[in-house]
Amino acid sequence: MTKIFKSDDEENNLEINIEKLSSRRTFLKFSSAAALTAVAFGALNPESLSAKTAFLGLPIDDDKSGVVDVGKGDIGVLNFVYANEQLEAAFYTQVIATPYSAMNSAERAILTDIRDNEVAHREFFRAQLGKKAIPNLQVNFTSVNFNSRESVLQTAMMFEDNGTAALNGGGQLLKNPLFLLIAGKLVSVEARHAATLRDLLRPMSAFFSGDDITDPATGLDPARTPAQALAVIKPYVVTPVSIARLPQPKA
Amino acid sequence: MENLNLPLLESVEPDYINEMTARREPIEKAKAMTGAVAATTIISFGALAATAYGQDKKLPGKIVDVLNFALTLEYLEDEFYRTALGSGGLIPQDTQDVFGQISKHETAHVALLRSVLGSKAVAKPNFDFTAGGAFADVFRNYQTFLAVSQAFEDTGVRAYKGQAGNLKSNDKILTVALQIHSVEARHAAMVRRLRGETPWIVGDSRGTLPAATQPVYNGDGNTTQGTVNVAALPGSSAKIASQAFDEPLTKQEVLAIAGLFIRK
Repeated sequence: MTKIFKSDDEENNLEINIEKLSSRRTFLKFSSAAALTAVAFGALNPESLSAKTAFLGLPIDDDKSGVVDVGKGDIGVLNFVYANEQLEAAFYTQVIATPYSAMNSAERAILTDIRDNEVAHREFFRAQLGKKAIPNLQVNFTSVNFNSRESVLQTAMMFEDNGTAALNGGGQLLKNPLFLLIAGKLVSVEARHAATLRDLLRPMSAFFSGDDITDPATGLDPARTPAQALAVIKPYVVTPVSIARLPQPKA
Repeated sequence: MENLNLPLLESVEPDYINEMTARREPIEKAKAMTGAVAATTIISFGALAATAYGQDKKLPGKIVDVLNFALTLEYLEDEFYRTALGSGGLIPQDTQDVFGQISKHETAHVALLRSVLGSKAVAKPNFDFTAGGAFADVFRNYQTFLAVSQAFEDTGVRAYKGQAGNLKSNDKILTVALQIHSVEARHAAMVRRLRGETPWIVGDSRGTLPAATQPVYNGDGNTTQGTVNVAALPGSSAKIASQAFDEPLTKQEVLAIAGLFIRK
């Protein structure tokens, strides 16, 4: 049987994390150049491009055939968000590495900013979670045509709308108010991404916060449970992810 | 402390929605909320209040305070956009749909918050969208209107974010607040694009907004999250670390901004 990765949830609080972070941060500091190189080569490697699959960020140090269990409690929720951020960061890294032919300078600037933001989100979780972080997930974008503006922007919009809805639904699952605040700091940026991508698809229309996503009767964006949000991204994530031990939403 | 078990359908909502609908109709004509939509809206608010918030429970004072704070901001935005849409010649044809959508959401937010608060809802203040003359042509000059709009939306995002922790005791209300929060962020991004700004806030920069709006952006240049210096991470920088995370404002900071637009 495959080895099952479980994040350590004995010590589900930030203080412990802070202790562990110091060594983690040192590691990141010394390895950041190597990590960047790895990301760049991963993106530029013709073999990985033809396969349209890539390992994200730092080298995987875990059994990559195993199920990744995000864990339980706050750490589990944060790891689930981290999984989403890994996916998004990998996607935009590919988008910028192989830009569609119609990408003008304004769109390139927008998509580069979004890539940078998602990479920052991913690296933040990697650093903050330290030893409790899930390993790097393997993704598969073979269903995306990176040469097609429509395919890229539609996929991006779907990831951003889903990321926003997942954080809206995930807030209530977090016990630590500091983590809730951080989730809040992320979600509005994801929503800004979503609105921007929607405006690129249907400029100057109501689509940036369209009735297809924002309920016109209540003016509310969706809130998705982790299971609902995972179902949306599952076709793009090769590594099996388990969210079975996450807290269950009450609302 | 008031019981939420109010006759919601007979309370403020139908009047409010009808009033808003009547005001919107000459402005948006075909795009106006139809009677059918308004009826659906009322029913769904009733259902929300009945099923989602638990009519047998009393809302703690802390939550009432937060919701009334949010309601005040929504009143501000709602009246702002309705007035703008009703100011002939202000909003160009090509952005009527954008502001019609934003206005529709703000009206819905007001109605939703009022339905949750029931008789605890604060009354709508009297607004002065010129802020005592600082934005004297706000409903005559599209650029001034856009500037105030951006300031309101970016403030709204930061305001909701700052209150999330105060709603933790009620999962349903916290979730609804987050669902409003991300819609405000969509609005903010769109309006910023219309002004030629990046959709996300870089550092604590107000961009091309007038100096009077700087309190809207103070503190947004923060680059430390949790225990992590995000600017020092692989691929990051101070610019990236600031734009990748939106920062909260305290209630006091928000009221200092919004207070400029409220007649004493």
